Amino acid sequence: MERWLEKYRREMGDTKRRFSTVSGMEVEPLYADGRGDPSELGYPGEYPFTRGVYTTMYRGRLWTMRQFAGFGTAEDTNRRFKFLLEQGQTGLSTAFDMPVLMGYDADHPRAAGEVGREGVAISSLVDMEALFEGIRLDRVTTSMTVNCTASIILAMYLAVAEKQGVPFDRVGGTVQNDMLKEFIAQKEWICPPEPSVRIVVDTIEFCAKEVPRWHPVSISGYHIREAGSTAVQELAFTLADGIEYVKQSLARGLDVDRFAPRLSFFFNVHNDFLEEVAKLRAARRMWARIMRERFGAKEPKAMMLRTHAQTAGCSLTAQQPLNNVVRVTIQALAAVLGGVQSLHTNSLDETLALPSEQAAMLALRTQQIIAEESGVANVIDPLGGSFAVEALTDRIEREACRYIEEIEAMGGMIRAIERGFPQKEIAEAAYRYQQSLDRGEKVVVGVNKYQVEEEPPIELLKVPVEVEQRQIERVRRVRKERNQVAAREAIARVRRACREGENLMPPLIEAVKAYVTLGELSDVYREEFGEYRDPAWM
Amino acid sequence: METRSRVRILIAKPGLDGHDRGAKIVARALRDAGFEVIYTGLHQTPEMIAETAVQEDVDGIGVSILSGAHMTQLPALMKLLEEKGAEDVVVFAGGIIPAEDMAELKRLGVAEVFTPGAATTDIVAWVRENVKPRN
Repeated sequence: MERWLEKYRREMGDTKRRFSTVSGMEVEPLYADGRGDPSELGYPGEYPFTRGVYTTMYRGRLWTMRQFAGFGTAEDTNRRFKFLLEQGQTGLSTAFDMPVLMGYDADHPRAAGEVGREGVAISSLVDMEALFEGIRLDRVTTSMTVNCTASIILAMYLAVAEKQGVPFDRVGGTVQNDMLKEFIAQKEWICPPEPSVRIVVDTIEFCAKEVPRWHPVSISGYHIREAGSTAVQELAFTLADGIEYVKQSLARGLDVDRFAPRLSFFFNVHNDFLEEVAKLRAARRMWARIMRERFGAKEPKAMMLRTHAQTAGCSLTAQQPLNNVVRVTIQALAAVLGGVQSLHTNSLDETLALPSEQAAMLALRTQQIIAEESGVANVIDPLGGSFAVEALTDRIEREACRYIEEIEAMGGMIRAIERGFPQKEIAEAAYRYQQSLDRGEKVVVGVNKYQVEEEPPIELLKVPVEVEQRQIERVRRVRKERNQVAAREAIARVRRACREGENLMPPLIEAVKAYVTLGELSDVYREEFGEYRDPAWM
Repeated sequence: METRSRVRILIAKPGLDGHDRGAKIVARALRDAGFEVIYTGLHQTPEMIAETAVQEDVDGIGVSILSGAHMTQLPALMKLLEEKGAEDVVVFAGGIIPAEDMAELKRLGVAEVFTPGAATTDIVAWVRENVKPRN
């Protein structure tokens, strides 16, 4: 190796060029030493799961192709859901609009201009029923990207299941419900971190008992990365969030082997191929060790990091949007070689607008081609044992562990968030990356290199403005026509549960069935727990 | 009348979306370039932004918006600034804003719209050229 390195240095000459990942991590020209014995790495389906959580991986079952969709009214999104299911998609994934994500009904003044725009508008059970009209909830699994109002949306989903005659123990799916990463990165919240996490733990507790096939939290690195973090930060902050949820659930008296198997994860898959594969492998190994060694889990399922992944929205460009198809393909391939359990591939037009039907289909086809034509799903962890991938996996694990130790030294993630630690680290990384783009040190094809003059594309999805008015009228009608006594009593029961620390889920389910709206229930949270405001760190 | 030599910019995030990566990067780039920068933080209403702009006596407002609500939020802000007699504050915007909306926003008095991929160096150069101390 030394001999070769000398030769390499001689031939490279005196270059100032840095070879680094998209996260700015410098890499070696060649990795030539590593683990000789594959048993050191472990095997797929065995602790510490570096090579995959399942013994048979994609031979046994392909990953779930789960395209995120939601816009306009519940009826609009219901039609898109049915279209995606007809195209061979195997699970649903719901995008909600900003008012839902912040706990406002469509007719709230703060919702003006935002109703149905970035996701589907849902204010009451009436909307939720329309969203899943004609879709049996025991035949699909549904992922719902919602956080501070996740408890309310989950209550609505369960109420729809009940109306369809589907028992809770046959309902499967996920609510994102990861409030810690909201404070860190996505920044949709109602109340401060402590009560927010209490509500999360209520859903963990309730689901462990009543909805055993549900994933009550999807611990998410996706938004952390989109906010500009490095791959190491994404991994470290996500697992540190996971540690906090486990600590809080244990403090509630829950059994780790009972709730931990239902914790799931959600990672970003960016452009840097080897770094992303290594990150996903490191994530599994770290989580397994944390769960076994630190929290004393005994069930293998409680140690498995099962994850959804999504290609990186922030890597896509408005310039030459067709190039995005290529980026998404590379990222999706990294996700599959990284062993994810489900995947969303982004649409080529999403830096311009919500995906058109054609663009959404192409994104799904990208996954289907990887699954059915490329052959990569035939071999489990095919990059395992590669000197480079193993070295990067080890290094990412090492660096992420250091971050986690730093956060633990602060007293855990809630304390770290209160200090603004992860927020500032991410903002710093985002600024560094932008500077490297502006200086041309990092290249984004079509943006700071190989630019062309181009016409704006035409086929974009537009959400008609009438959606907002329709939705406003609908929620007002719901509030007017319901049984007012029942609604008032249901609100009072939720308020009592907030105050007395009893699990919120049963009274929430009763409340949504009495057609209490999402905004009204969020108001109870606001009044009882207080509102969180952006500290506006720069 | 006393004149300020340093241009003061308010970076504002109206609406409900939490995407503050761009806003913070632009805020920092402007500050590093020597401007005085105030950042509103997230989830501001047009009223809150106009109020801050007047109170802080800013010369320009950079509005970052990625929720698709720009055609509601920006016209409301422009109207409020006019009502408060602050129509000479230069308003520029950034975000996912389709070309057809861009034309309409410019007609309403938004001086410039930056879309995804804009370099901070270009934004800084534009602000230097177009935003001057108001008094």
